Amino acid sequence: MTRCEAEETMMSRGFTRRTALTAGAGLLAAPPLVRQANAQSQFDWKRFSGERIEVSLTANPRSTILIQNQREFEDMTGIRVGAEQIPEQQHRQKFAIEFASGRPSFDVVGISLHVNKRQVGKARWCTDIKALMADPTITAPDFDFADFGEGAVAYSTQADGRMDTLPEFTDYFILYYNKELLAAKNIAPPATFDEMYDSARRLTEPSRQIYGNVGRGLRNANVVLYSSFLLGTQQRDFLDGQRRLISDSPDAIWAGEFYKKLLRDCSPPGVSGFNWNESQTTFMQGRAAFWIDGVGFAAPLEDRTRSRVAGKVGYAVVPRGPAHHHCAMFGTAFGIAEQSRKKGASWLYLQWASGKANQLRYLTSGAGSPARTSAYRNEEAISQSRFSREFFNTLIESARISRPGLPEIVPVTEFRDTLGSALTATIGGADVATELRRATEAFRPVLEQSERES
Amino acid sequence: MAGSTATMEQQATVGATPRRRHNYARRYWWFVVPCGAVVLGTIVFPWAFTLYMSLHDFKLGGGREWVGHANYVKLVTDERFLYSILRTLYFTALSVVIPMVLGLLAALAFHRKFPLRGLARTVFILPMMATPVAVALVWTMMFHPQLGVLNWLLQQVGLPPSMWVYAPDTVIPTLVMVEVWHWTPLVMLILLGGLASLPLDPYEAAKIDGASAWQAFRHITLPLLAPFLVVALIIRTIDALKAFDTIYVITQGGPGTASETINIFLYLQAFAYYNLGYASAVVVVFFAIIILLAMVLLWTRARVKDA
Repeated sequence: MTRCEAEETMMSRGFTRRTALTAGAGLLAAPPLVRQANAQSQFDWKRFSGERIEVSLTANPRSTILIQNQREFEDMTGIRVGAEQIPEQQHRQKFAIEFASGRPSFDVVGISLHVNKRQVGKARWCTDIKALMADPTITAPDFDFADFGEGAVAYSTQADGRMDTLPEFTDYFILYYNKELLAAKNIAPPATFDEMYDSARRLTEPSRQIYGNVGRGLRNANVVLYSSFLLGTQQRDFLDGQRRLISDSPDAIWAGEFYKKLLRDCSPPGVSGFNWNESQTTFMQGRAAFWIDGVGFAAPLEDRTRSRVAGKVGYAVVPRGPAHHHCAMFGTAFGIAEQSRKKGASWLYLQWASGKANQLRYLTSGAGSPARTSAYRNEEAISQSRFSREFFNTLIESARISRPGLPEIVPVTEFRDTLGSALTATIGGADVATELRRATEAFRPVLEQSERES
Repeated sequence: MAGSTATMEQQATVGATPRRRHNYARRYWWFVVPCGAVVLGTIVFPWAFTLYMSLHDFKLGGGREWVGHANYVKLVTDERFLYSILRTLYFTALSVVIPMVLGLLAALAFHRKFPLRGLARTVFILPMMATPVAVALVWTMMFHPQLGVLNWLLQQVGLPPSMWVYAPDTVIPTLVMVEVWHWTPLVMLILLGGLASLPLDPYEAAKIDGASAWQAFRHITLPLLAPFLVVALIIRTIDALKAFDTIYVITQGGPGTASETINIFLYLQAFAYYNLGYASAVVVVFFAIIILLAMVLLWTRARVKDA
């Protein structure tokens, strides 16, 4: 039936009472719709046209998406954007030094909340965006703040209630598994840590250079894997209610023992020097059955030009621990420099960067799990994605059980180095309790001093 | 009278000369000011400020508090720092001695005439031209215990695989291997230049006297080449002491702290933990170590010259 034929059919049926009621209801609903439409049309995206802002981002697939689509923002607002993306470690140093200098070269900065949240909050380097959000003249009506997940908003909010960043991305640690290796031995994806270890033992065949597990063993990087196990214990956190360090408690030692046996008994030789990149290479080559790491690795694993396991990767939430079921969560967000003279233009950039369109791009391209919940509800986009339904379900389930994977403290890098060295030593055979006690004693005064200064 | 006048004038002239010279020097003294300002701004001030910071508890994004010599006291008891000194000395010793020996052998080989010598020399010095970070990334891939080409090569000749940089016992020797591959050509170039400048007469005399090749090398080549060896030694020692990029890219100081040299420790304190006061104290101590080593090397050089 063509469109004209359909219109003729409707006309021939005449104007019925049902049609009149429908039309009436439509008229009653019209005012709010019209108001919203007017608000949309009245919002002036061009009010800062002609300004130029500088944006400093960490190099990752999400920043690449933003820079690739930057023209969209520039055309919509007339604001010119100078964006840079710098490798993670160097970017953290650069923005900290620039902020400390009092005259940062950027207006907008991407921040890893799991590393820099307390540092940025304590020094008040970024402006509180709550006032900007409350101003309808510079906040688009469709900004929809309620769309951001609760966890992401909590992550972006400082202890004093200031919200100095807008959530961008929440990284959940998930379990990647090699379906082919598991199927060959008729093994199901593990639901508990004990099952994971048992399966990994069965799957390990050093003579074939096949290992049940691969993961981060390198100092510093390994703490986020260890925390995935600690989150499953009764204790769950590195600090107690009084913010005292408890990384040598019985639960912490249990998590350390599990970490040790998983990496020592079921992982490739040399794993004590593995960061995510070595782990990814090993998993991509089909040499490991399990790998717990961030969600952002799905894209390279499913890349048929680089990965031997593309199409064979299974996704699951991190197994349940002896007391709780959680996955480690990390997050990034955008902040506006307190010293910026272009806060209005920068706020428009934040709205665009963490807007629904970009968040959906993150999800469907496999660049990471967005901080907005609407992206996960977009069935059409998800069904057209190259990633399996299992992947998206894993993300949704991970969001439900997630908890911060690192303590919110200023000297978090020093903490990771100190505890990480102890964990690396355990892979070499050192006693877990001794190493964790030594690391805890070494870091405790650092934390206490930092807490006093905060 | 005329004679006495002339003598007086001469005396006056002679007497005036030092004063004029003095004025002359004073006027030209201002020409030193720009250079002095640059030296003050780029060497003296940073050093004075580093010393000043080393006496403070100074954290990026936080306050600055006078702590006196507390940072130095902490260094003396900081096991991680003390081990980093030992590792630095271990790494430096290997990274100097091995390239010196190999560079000398290579220089002797390339000093002889043989077909395609120019091409062989060019190929030999290629590693030196590569960017250290790029080189380090390539080596990292080759070191992978399961997927790296080095273990594959070992297996091809029936040797067991090595853990390379992925085990605490082998990480420093492996990093030295990269350093040797990268910088032996530099030593070779310095010594090759030295060999080319040696006189031929002593060799002819030694040949007439019936000296063997080893005797000629031991008693003629080595003593004459000694100044060049010392130059190569000083350059290699400075390079090895300041090695950072290769180690950071390949291991970041790991596994654990097994390859954490002073430079890596310093970098982490300053730019990962933002403990600028403590890091400044590390710089001062490291500077003292370098001064000590430099004095030993200069003393060696002076002895070689005297000999």
